[in-house]
Amino acid sequence: MIKSGKVFKYGDNIDTDVIIPARYLSTSVPKELAKYCMQDIDETFSERVTDGDIIVADKNFGCGSSREHAPIAIKASGISCVIASTFARIFYRNAFNIGLPILECDEAAKNIKDGDQIEVDFNTGRIVNITKDQTYQASPLPPFMQEIIAADGLINYINKSKNKGE
Amino acid sequence: MGMTMTQKILAAHAGVDHVKAGDFIQANLDLVLGNDITTPVAIKEFNKMGVEGVFHKKKVALVPDHFTPNKDIKAAEQCKMVREFAYEKDIENYFEIGEMGIEHALLPEKGLVVCGDVVIGADSHTCTYGALGAFSTGIGSTDMAAGMATGKCWFRVPTAIKFELKGKPQKWVSGKDIILHIIGMIGVDGARYQSMEFMGDGIKNLSMDDRFAMANMAIEAGGKNGIFIVDDVTLDYVKNHSTKKYKVYTPDEDAEYEKVYEIDLSTIRPTVAFPHLPENTRTIDEVGDVKIDQVVIGSCTNGRIEDLRVAAKILEGKKVAKGIRMIVFPATQKIYLQAMKEGLMETFITAGAVVSTPTCGPCLGGHMGILAKGERAIATTNRNFVGRMGHVESEVYLSSPAVAAASAVTGKITNPEDVA
Ligand code: SF4
Repeated sequence: MIKSGKVFKYGDNIDTDVIIPARYLSTSVPKELAKYCMQDIDETFSERVTDGDIIVADKNFGCGSSREHAPIAIKASGISCVIASTFARIFYRNAFNIGLPILECDEAAKNIKDGDQIEVDFNTGRIVNITKDQTYQASPLPPFMQEIIAADGLINYINKSKNKGE
Repeated sequence: MGMTMTQKILAAHAGVDHVKAGDFIQANLDLVLGNDITTPVAIKEFNKMGVEGVFHKKKVALVPDHFTPNKDIKAAEQCKMVREFAYEKDIENYFEIGEMGIEHALLPEKGLVVCGDVVIGADSHTCTYGALGAFSTGIGSTDMAAGMATGKCWFRVPTAIKFELKGKPQKWVSGKDIILHIIGMIGVDGARYQSMEFMGDGIKNLSMDDRFAMANMAIEAGGKNGIFIVDDVTLDYVKNHSTKKYKVYTPDEDAEYEKVYEIDLSTIRPTVAFPHLPENTRTIDEVGDVKIDQVVIGSCTNGRIEDLRVAAKILEGKKVAKGIRMIVFPATQKIYLQAMKEGLMETFITAGAVVSTPTCGPCLGGHMGILAKGERAIATTNRNFVGRMGHVESEVYLSSPAVAAASAVTGKITNPEDVA
């Protein structure tokens, strides 16, 4: 799986309250949530984002609440994947579970700038910065995560193993 | 190699003798929790799985607490969806307005969690039950759906940080000050993916309410869970609240910890976290002159009876400063009633505070106390992120109930020693 797009770059500790503020949580409709995605840190995000774009951030992305609305809002706004130095753990689980691919790569987070054009290969963990002509290597996903991704999320993964009679 | 408390509980629930950090396991669940915000998303996922019912009618708990009593039509619709699901699936532990409370105060009080349990909840502060010597952690709605259907959840076995607590806290220093101190020390990602394991001689000087407040904020250091060693205080609590079978796990002598911190509780001062991260802590002596507009006492961190008692003690015979809005929200109906019996409500209302029904309300900027642009609150809640309690340009300072109550009296962040 290869994703390519323009980068929205953010800093450390981007929390779920800025990814999708609680005042919008009285709905769980993805398109509705997407309208307010990142609003409290980047007011024009939802206007500027186009399908396939990529979020790159520094450490502890997605810290805070367990709201799955956060990765859902990101995915529904058209973002194809998120790369960060590190992710907070609940966000990490949630992203995989709903089928939003994410990768941890410190080198990429340090070197990629807002607006760069990048390409990400999820099978190899290779990230190519087309704008800067650089390549970074992310740590490969644990095999268990790869299985969930291959099934496109946790529910499908479970449904599949059920059908296999496991 | 020995196992930590968390690792032992996970091994037992995965049906294996031994696990080590980094292993992926499937654990059997003792309880799956959801609230009015996360459950609707989970129901949608649950319905995709084509299963009839939930894995166990007693082992699912649904607590509409965030936007309840329903703050608007959308919130009402979400709650309706949860309620109908609960009735349809015959879920016993669904708590309607009137019998509810904030989930993390309610579940232990109802005896739904005991030592040795494995609990997942679609709410990040599910880590609260670590105070009881259970493994409990926050997950998202999809995990909740899978948990409700299968009674299992996958985990990567965490490494651990050991907090060896010694000594006795000073007057006016509570569990909240201790955990804020710890988060200030290790940072908001200081325990990322790890379990925070609390042990040592000093534990005996901490009440259950202190421990709940501390385990509650493990997530604020990025922790997977926070867990306390089980002692007589825990067992008393469990026996008084539950008839469930419990099991006490203790860490092996040779358990491996990535880090060990020794903390002398007697040296900790009342502590406040400045905006916009729980790690921006200062002791009360370093706070300086910070004027406030609103004081909020409550939440799953500090809305328990001891918290209200401390706040009332400080407010007794005093008034909330002119122009300051003070909101008290007891965490459960039972706490509310207890506070009434003890006369605490009278103290609050006489002092000029309002007392709200149990709800998450202002804690997440939901309702019942939202901040306007430029306003500042001191709150006994657990998060002070940008926009958490209202406008993006409002500010939240986190503290203990004692500091919050003292601040209500003066209108600026205040050391309880100065007013009590
Ligand atoms: S009181 Fe606040 S932190 Fe606790 S569950 Fe409610 S919203 Fe979350």
